[in-house]
Amino acid sequence: MSDTGMDRIASKMPSFIRRSDPAVVTAFACIIILLLVGSIYSRSFLSPEYLLQQLKVASFLGVIATGMMLVILLGQIDLSVPWSVAAGAMMACAAAAYGPMGVFLAIPFGIFCGVMIGVVNGIGVAYLRIPSMIITLATNAVAQGLMVVYTGGFSPQDSATGAMRYLATGFAIPGVPNAVLIWAVIGAAMVFALTRTTFGRAVYGIGNRERAAYLSGIDTRRVVMIAFAVSGGLSAFGGVLLAGYASKAAQSMGDAYLLPAIAAVVLGGTSILGGRGSYLGTVAGVILITLLQSILSVMQMPEAGRQIIYGVVIVAMLLLYGRAPASR
Amino acid sequence: MDGAVPLFRMEGVSKRYGGVRALEKAELSVMPGRIHAILGENGAGKSTLIKIMAGVVAPDEGTMTMQGRAVTFSSPAAANDAGIVCIFQELSLIPELSVADNIIISNPPTRFGMIDRRAQRRLAEAALARAGASDIHPSALVKDLPLSRRQMVEIAKALARKPRILILDEATSALTAADVAKVFAVLKRLREEGLALLYISHRMHEIAELADECTVFRNGRNVATYAAGTKTDNEVVELMIGREYSHIFPPKTPLPSSDRPAVLECRNLGWTDRLNDISFSVRAGEVVGLGGLDGQGQRELLLACFGVLRGLTGQMLVDGKPVALGSPADAKADKVGMALIPEDRKTEGLMLPMTVRENLSFAALDRLSRGGIVDRNAEQAMIDDMIKLLAIKTAGLDIPVGALSGGNQQKVVIAKWLMRQPRIILLNDPTRGIDVGTKQEIYQLLRKLADAGAAIVFYSTDYDELVGCCDRVLVLYDGAVKRELVGPEITEHALIASALNIQDDNAGMKQGAHA
Amino acid sequence: MKDWRYWLAEQRGTLLAFGIFVAMFILYTSNHQAGFTANVVQTASNKGVLLAFVAMDQTLVVITAGIDLSVGMIFLLTNCVASWLVVGSPVETAFGVVVVLAVGLLCGALNGAIVIYGRLQPIVATIATGAIFFGIALLLRPFPGGSVNERLADALTGRLFGFLPASLVALLAVVLVVWVPFSRSVYGRAAYAAGSSETAAYMSGVPIRRGKFAAYVLAGLLSAIGGLFLTFFTYTGDAAFASGNAYTLFSIAAVVLGGVSLFGGRGSAIGAIFGALAFRTIGDLLFVFDFDPLWQPLFQGVILLVAVSLGAFALFRVRNRLEWFL
Repeated sequence: MSDTGMDRIASKMPSFIRRSDPAVVTAFACIIILLLVGSIYSRSFLSPEYLLQQLKVASFLGVIATGMMLVILLGQIDLSVPWSVAAGAMMACAAAAYGPMGVFLAIPFGIFCGVMIGVVNGIGVAYLRIPSMIITLATNAVAQGLMVVYTGGFSPQDSATGAMRYLATGFAIPGVPNAVLIWAVIGAAMVFALTRTTFGRAVYGIGNRERAAYLSGIDTRRVVMIAFAVSGGLSAFGGVLLAGYASKAAQSMGDAYLLPAIAAVVLGGTSILGGRGSYLGTVAGVILITLLQSILSVMQMPEAGRQIIYGVVIVAMLLLYGRAPASR
Repeated sequence: MDGAVPLFRMEGVSKRYGGVRALEKAELSVMPGRIHAILGENGAGKSTLIKIMAGVVAPDEGTMTMQGRAVTFSSPAAANDAGIVCIFQELSLIPELSVADNIIISNPPTRFGMIDRRAQRRLAEAALARAGASDIHPSALVKDLPLSRRQMVEIAKALARKPRILILDEATSALTAADVAKVFAVLKRLREEGLALLYISHRMHEIAELADECTVFRNGRNVATYAAGTKTDNEVVELMIGREYSHIFPPKTPLPSSDRPAVLECRNLGWTDRLNDISFSVRAGEVVGLGGLDGQGQRELLLACFGVLRGLTGQMLVDGKPVALGSPADAKADKVGMALIPEDRKTEGLMLPMTVRENLSFAALDRLSRGGIVDRNAEQAMIDDMIKLLAIKTAGLDIPVGALSGGNQQKVVIAKWLMRQPRIILLNDPTRGIDVGTKQEIYQLLRKLADAGAAIVFYSTDYDELVGCCDRVLVLYDGAVKRELVGPEITEHALIASALNIQDDNAGMKQGAHA
Repeated sequence: MKDWRYWLAEQRGTLLAFGIFVAMFILYTSNHQAGFTANVVQTASNKGVLLAFVAMDQTLVVITAGIDLSVGMIFLLTNCVASWLVVGSPVETAFGVVVVLAVGLLCGALNGAIVIYGRLQPIVATIATGAIFFGIALLLRPFPGGSVNERLADALTGRLFGFLPASLVALLAVVLVVWVPFSRSVYGRAAYAAGSSETAAYMSGVPIRRGKFAAYVLAGLLSAIGGLFLTFFTYTGDAAFASGNAYTLFSIAAVVLGGVSLFGGRGSAIGAIFGALAFRTIGDLLFVFDFDPLWQPLFQGVILLVAVSLGAFALFRVRNRLEWFL
């Protein structure tokens, strides 16, 4: 499926690079180019403080993209990210208003709400076989409706708990932001799940050929269900962290994460058709997107330009890696 | 043949798929105003021949001429333009469109750039009437019609294209007896109108009724062309037999005594109109073959046993206890211990882009893991065993399984199930499209597994394999078991004759042997 | 069976949507404090027509078994273009309208080219092109603003003969000029055929690619007409992200309510129009029953969720579980 032009280029590279996915290599190459370009604009671009700050910003997207990757590996998509993020943030903050027990349960409750959204998605996709893009759009709308009703249409007044703020902005290890640590832990868990567990094997198997996975006696429906639940949960957790970062939740805080999450996964070489992709690629994609955003803002590129550049970059990368095989 | 000029002629046409030759220097002349029947057993090259004529595949070599002029077809549309229209077994109708839409789809009448619905309706009604199917309403949606009506629409659609050569590939297989009579009348009329008809069917009595001349294919070559009625059924069967084999089959182990309990037993199994009251049992150590022509319900039977089909009637027993299998996951559970080597290794057996290792352990992961975490040492050990047992040739365990040769891919499919040590093994045509060497290894393996106590159900489209490998063979016809051949009764002649559902006079004396 | 019964079966989705719409509209007007007046009808039709155009866009793409998640953004982009160009003298205004429609065609052509010739998944491809369209819209209108030829705008959003909403007439005209010819053309037939069964369509020698491409291009045009009308109603251009997303979502709801199969090959834009009108009316029902408008998004989301889940009942007819994975 990979482009012959890329293969030719790849064959001239050292063997350790050649063995890895050309998309991942390209993504990392783009990161280096972006860093160089950025350093032309500003000297501080290559300073450790700035890079660490970028990594911290990237970790919110990283957590969300992790769930998205799992779903895309199955050959599905989760378009309920925006309001899973917002619901996680709002519900965590809301729980905090209910006394000490609420404060204690704020984070788990926020995540739980995201998992519930994911479970509805999972039931729709796995058991009712509704196309994932449709059912996830619908649950997104329902989640939005619930949140609007809950907040009364205003920005929610509840603020984030200390724990949420600590997770998003604190330093458990001096010099390493907690958000980065959390992303590292979640990332490590995902790598482990994808490479070492029966669940991970089943995910790749279903993404490649659901028919063959089913005939191999895998309970494909349960696997799909779990993947969507995890995706919802991680989106909500991303929302919890964002709320901690900003000290409170906001209505449309999730809107800015759908496209970047998909873009990060796809730019990292995960096939949009499912079954192929590594977490390393998603990490590269997340960093790439974050750096791109950062450079565009350093260049004072307006939101409009950013949107256009996102769209063009995604289409271009997909045309390079993500094309369906030619029919006949 | 009476000196007339052939309408269509093919000379020295060959086609290979990978290493397998499907057609070898085939010759065929088609005369106007004649019905020409094509005969041959499964895999003799008939379908390749048709596909080449219909422009679906391109031949590797050889020439085709129409009325003396050389032709090549780059697509089905090109063949249509030349006047060759084919009615395929797999229906080419668009389910969501109406009958009339479908009939005129390739060449709709237009007015001011829009499809003229009235003209369309007229043309469709005319075509349906010509096909003898006026009972079908042109406005009905194709997806709402039963299979037999769709087949009639398919015939009407072909007629609406004004063919000069009409190819019917098993076109009557889904029809009711009344429809068959109507279609025959239509075909005879078309013959009188000067069309050339190519008729592919496994039903000998149909060919006897219709055909003017017959050509028998074997091993991708045309071995005989004769005027209809000049050969007996048995002579025809003899012509179809004799594929070139160099197979050596392992000796069969004497059958285990019949009082040994059945591992798998089906009682009165039925499913839609595809399976019809099927009862059989398989004992440990036994290889039971499924024979018959392609598409008589063998695949469905295997899928039914494996828990894939919904709405089964009848009963299934494992070790004498009734079981209800709702999915392959149920079927592979330890208390059942079933495995299915599916029909198409590329889409059902393997995940081609995934590695050999991942594919091999995929079905057995639950046994190779603890708490959901794969025990990589146990996995490695078992994979090593399997690679050795089946002599799988691969450049490594971490290359995509799609990079392996067809034979080795098939070995991976089998190995992935043997990793579970199944007690019941169902195989759906496992040797299709693989090299002779690997076939031999699979025969040896099957016998070895049976001797080790497995109960094996083996469907093959290759009759020689059934003869060489099976202790018993059930011959299916129209979704029902037509005949059971045991031990020495299993001959290629008997298999073909019972597959064609004709009286087999050679084996007549043994008829009473089956219970 | 008689001819009319086949016609009825074919139009079942459309008629059902029509029935839902009529029932909802009666419920709406009979509880509306002003009752069934020309004003109420005009307002309702102006709101409904916007969604109807966008839903027609979605229908065309869904028929080919694709999906267009950029409809809302094409809608916004053309709105922003119109707020610059559809002004001034009649000639200038006419030129502006032509440019707006051309922009829509171009957007549709881009989607179609990427999906059909680039062989990308429609979902991701149209999300990405949606971002591009939105970006351009935002470039044109960083803040809400601009203007429109008010004479034209008022004419097209007002009433004819004192009671007939002009926007409905415009919708009817578009149906007659765009939808009817397309659905009855060879390419329209090809789009349906490709959506229903691409293999069978190929075997039958149908021009699959051109049919699908035509569907995408016309889809863009329809959204552009929607964008034009949005400008006529609001007199401004506004690149409001949330509004674009909402229209994309509602277009899918309208298509589902209108009896168009999300798996392709079946349905009609007329059904989708009634689906759109019904969806709008259902959303507005909350107002006449004095519900808090806060409940509206939830209500609309639930309608969509229920509508898409209803399609799943066909699943229980599947006898061979392998067919789940086709």
